[in-house]
Parts: sequence; C-alpha cells; structure tokens
Amino acid sequence: MGILEVKGIGKRFGGLQALSNVTLDVVENSVHAIIGPNGAGKSTLLNCLVGKLIPDEGTAAFDGHSVLGRKPHEINQMGISRVFQTPEIFGDLTVFENVMIPCFAMRDGAFRMHAFESMEKEQELIGMAEQILTDVRMLEKRDVHAASLSRGDKRRLEMAMCLVQQPKLLLLDEPTAGMSRADTNNTIGLLREIKEKRDITMAIIEHDMHVVFSLADRITVLAQGTPLVEDTPEKIKGHPKVREAYLGQAHQE
Amino acid sequence: MFGLNRKDQILFLVVLALVVFAPFILNPFPEDSGLARFNAGYPDLMQRFVIFGIFAIGFNILFGLTGYLSFGHAAFLGVGSYAGVWMMKLLTVNVVPAIIASTLVAGVFSLVIGYICLRRSGIYFSILTLAFAQMSFALAYSVLTPITAGESGLQLSLSDPRILESAAATGSIPATNFFGITMRDGFELAAGGWVFTFNFGYYFCALLMLIAFYISIRIFRSPFGMMLRAVKSNQTRMNYTGLTPKPYTLAAFVISGMYAGLAGGLMVAVDPLAGADRMFWTASGEVVLMTILGGAGTLIGPVLGAGVINYFENIFSRLNERDLNAMFDFLPDGLQNAMVAVAQLFVGDGWLLTLGLMFMLVVIFLPGGLVEGGQRLSRLFGRRKKPSGDDPEHHPKPAPHVAE
Repeated sequence: MGILEVKGIGKRFGGLQALSNVTLDVVENSVHAIIGPNGAGKSTLLNCLVGKLIPDEGTAAFDGHSVLGRKPHEINQMGISRVFQTPEIFGDLTVFENVMIPCFAMRDGAFRMHAFESMEKEQELIGMAEQILTDVRMLEKRDVHAASLSRGDKRRLEMAMCLVQQPKLLLLDEPTAGMSRADTNNTIGLLREIKEKRDITMAIIEHDMHVVFSLADRITVLAQGTPLVEDTPEKIKGHPKVREAYLGQAHQE
Repeated sequence: MFGLNRKDQILFLVVLALVVFAPFILNPFPEDSGLARFNAGYPDLMQRFVIFGIFAIGFNILFGLTGYLSFGHAAFLGVGSYAGVWMMKLLTVNVVPAIIASTLVAGVFSLVIGYICLRRSGIYFSILTLAFAQMSFALAYSVLTPITAGESGLQLSLSDPRILESAAATGSIPATNFFGITMRDGFELAAGGWVFTFNFGYYFCALLMLIAFYISIRIFRSPFGMMLRAVKSNQTRMNYTGLTPKPYTLAAFVISGMYAGLAGGLMVAVDPLAGADRMFWTASGEVVLMTILGGAGTLIGPVLGAGVINYFENIFSRLNERDLNAMFDFLPDGLQNAMVAVAQLFVGDGWLLTLGLMFMLVVIFLPGGLVEGGQRLSRLFGRRKKPSGDDPEHHPKPAPHVAE
C-alpha cells in the first residue's frame, strides 16, 4: 500500500500522447526515482500530480485521497511539496522571509489577512524557520536577498522552504540539473541527511544516474510515456530493456 | 512605540514634523520678495499635498508591494468624492459621515473592479483597470447625470435635505466643518516679512494622512506585507507553497482603493464640489507618476512624489514672463532676454515639460525614485557613518515595476 498511488494515467497534448497508462506506487518512507530519456513524460507526470495539469484518464491518490482536479495550493496543503528544476524562490525577499512564508502558509492556510500583526510576535514560526535554516546550513545567510544566492544555495533554500512545512511527500524535479559534480554531491548528502532525520517520502525525477543510484530505493523507468519497468536499483542496472531504452542511448551521446 | 521599530519611528516622526510645520517650511520667502512666487504655504496647495499624499500612499500598497500597476485608481478617488458630496447633501455638512462613506463606497467599488481585473496580470491588468476607469468617467460625465450632475459637477445646494441638521434657514449653504470647526477657516501669523497661514482644513487632512501613513507602515512590516511582496516576486512558488496569491492581491487592491476614496472624500471635505474630470485617466496617470517619482515600494517615496508633482503643477505653472524678467533682472539685457526665452519653455503651460524631463531623469538615473537619490546623497556626505542596514524596502533594486 503506497502513500502515492497512480493508476492508468494518460495525457494527450494535441496529437502527442505524452503519458499513457502510467501506474506508479510510491511506498511510504522510500525514495522513488523516475528516470527516462528526454521526452519520456517525467515532468508531465509530475505536473499531473501537483495540479498543474489534469490528466485525461486514470486516478492518482495521495494518502487515500484523489489529487486530480485539485489546485496546486490545495495539493500542497495535503502534504505534497515540490522542488523545481530551476529553483522557484522569492528572489526579492530575504532568505529568512523565504522560509517564513511557508511557515505562515502551513499555520494559516491559503489566505489570512494579518495586516496589523508584527513579525516579531511570531516566535514559534521564527523558531521553525531558524531551525530549518540551521539544518540546511544557511542560517548565516538569513538576511541575504535570495536572488543573490548561488545556484546551489538557491536549491538548498528551496528545499528548506519545502521541508519546513513537514511534507509527507517531497517531489523533486531534477534537483541536480546544471550543477557541478561537487554541488551534486552536496545535494545528495543533503537529501540523505533529510531522509535520515525525518519520516519523509521522496519521488525524484533525475537524469544523473549517479544521483539516482546513490539515493533511490526503487526506480521506475519511463519511456515514451509508459512505464517500462519498476524495480530496485540493482536490478534496473542490469535490465536489458533499460539499457536499450535509456542507458544505451545515454552512452552513445 | 506604536508597534514600530526604531527606524520607522524616526521616519514617522520626521513626517509628523514636516506636516505640522508645513506652513513655515513651505513659506521660506518673505511676502514682498521676488521669490514669494515660490512659496507654497497657502491652504489650497497644502491640502493638495496631503490629500495626494494619501492617494499615493494607498496606490503604493498595491503597486509598490504587489507590482500590479493600476491605471484606474482615479475612479476610486472620484467615486469617493461623489459619495462624500452626497453624504453632505443628504445628512450633514459635518465631514465625518462624508469621509466614512467615501472610504467605504470606494472600497466596495474597488472590490468589484478588482475582482474582475485581477483575473489578468501584467499589462492586461493595467489595461483592464484603465478601461474600467474610463467607463466610470464616461458614466459620471453623461449617463449618470442625475447622480453626478455631469459636466457641471456635483455640489451642495440650499434645497438639500441635510436631515441631521437643525432646519435653521440661514439663506446660505453652511460651510463644511468637523464638529463646528470650519474647514476653510484658519488663522494667519505675521512675523517680520513673512505671513504664515494655518488652515483647519489642512490640519484635518494632515491628521488623516498621518493615520494613513502609520497604517501603511504597519502593513509594510506585517506578515501580510511580506505576502504582498511574495506576490510580486514569485506567484508560482506561492501556489506551490499552499497560498493563493489572488485574495492577497485583491485585499491590497481594495485597501488602496479605500485610500483613494479617503483622498476623494477629503477633497470634497475641504471644497464640496465633485466633478467627473477627477476620474479621467490623466488623474490615474498622475498618481502612478507620483509613486514612481518618489520611489515605488518605499514608505516615504509616494509622499515625496505627491509633494513634488503638486508643487510643479501649482507653482511652475503660474510663473509668467514678468516673473522671469524679474528673476533674471541682474543679468545684462541681451542675456536676460535669452534666459527668459529659454526658461519660458519650462514654466507656465510648459510645466509639463519640466515634469516630463524630471521624470525621465529620475527613471533613468534613479530607478528607486527620489528616495534613492536621497540615499545616494546621504551616502556621499555621510561616509564616516557606518553604512545602514540592508533594509529591503529602502534599497529597491532596479527591477521591472510591473508584475509579469
């Protein structure tokens, strides 16, 4: 019984069948990687799960409740957080404010008019924000404008923003895209640390096999919108179909 | 004090001092000197300073924080004015019901318009607000003549019911007042060559401006203000953080609409006449200019911008050839004529040219508005002092002002 159960999802864009009959079962407290060549439908699948797209067919249930047809903010309130391929943060705000916003969202819901309250009164939320900044080792940058952070720090900040809400499921869209080897290893370290410290399920889309094989408990291989195979990393490595569809291609490049 | 941090307290006290001593500050030149033309300390203009200050402070809550550029805010000002005059016609010439009604009516009106316009963002939002404001103007100018008195403007008349007032038929329309303190009254203080005018209407408006300014500081520093800046910064992230940007933006829109309504109400409180031209799109454009000129997203910027633009509009536009000749009297004849000929382009009807040039210079060289200019100056002269803290509101980056 998985925390996220996707059954028979299909999505067409005009003449293009982006996803067809995708079934996925993400087990609670596991790291589930979704890999596949470009255009395999990985990001489309993710967008269907967070409310950005509505699939044409199939069901997707999180914790027993359907996520289809819900708006992104509602899905977030259910306990799903998303990390984007290019970090989506509040560039004009300070690092600290970036983390405070999800804290407020978690406590107050989608909208609350706290126009006459002062920030200093929110000691509980401030404590949460500072704790998470300590966890991702960014506390010394708390008053820096988020836009001026390095790419790696932006990624850390975005993860902190997601984690401070204590999501049950964290969706990561190519968390190491465009990163140097050192930054990639840092991110892997950070994700491992997160995994050790809290009960969290992660679904991760990734190109970098190094990342996938160092983190994932299970891997689903997607090719041309359909799941090719789902198994443990060890079995995936040696799977002939996967070599042909994905790894083989990658080696030729 | 008042739930403000030290920096904001100082800012508020500075504004308080400026507003209280405005009759002195704006009248620096003796009455009989040639420069008396540049004095701005007469009631009518001082009232405009603070009323447009309120308008711009409110506009800045929407534009400065959320980045949504409305080109239709004059509509709320106009609606506020009409509501105010109607209260005076129906109830009493005491300004309190008028001001409350203008704020509330403008609030409801902005709720409706904001709800529709905020379905779009960026340039489409601006165009929608502009269209709504022009529609309101057209309605007020012609279609709704029974309510707005169309071209002639809505004003008080002897036959008004004024049901809250004793029916003492004095044969003249009573003056607008605040529990007996008449708005147009005041007293003058002559000292040496100077004459300073203290007008009750001005101080009444100034008091409300200080309250409006205080509320704006609290909003800027509150979690709500932070959410509004988040709207400007990244709406995608807001959505995926479990927040809905639209109600936040709509709330900011309604608050700024109410500020505009309050400004409209005060306009009729000091001069009970409401015309449709107050809603024309140039009036909406003016508040955009004030906010950007002063510094969008800063606390004090809109007030400065309102002051500067009103000063130019009322002082430069009244200068004529004779004044210029007097000013350049000390030069040799030929040079004097040349100077007058050049300067003439920039005064009188040419004040818009001065304003336009100034606006261009500010936008190109000081993207943070006059506030940024002030900061650069203080940094230039105050090197020895340690650099000020990294306050996001007071260091606006040259970012695009319109939400994408």
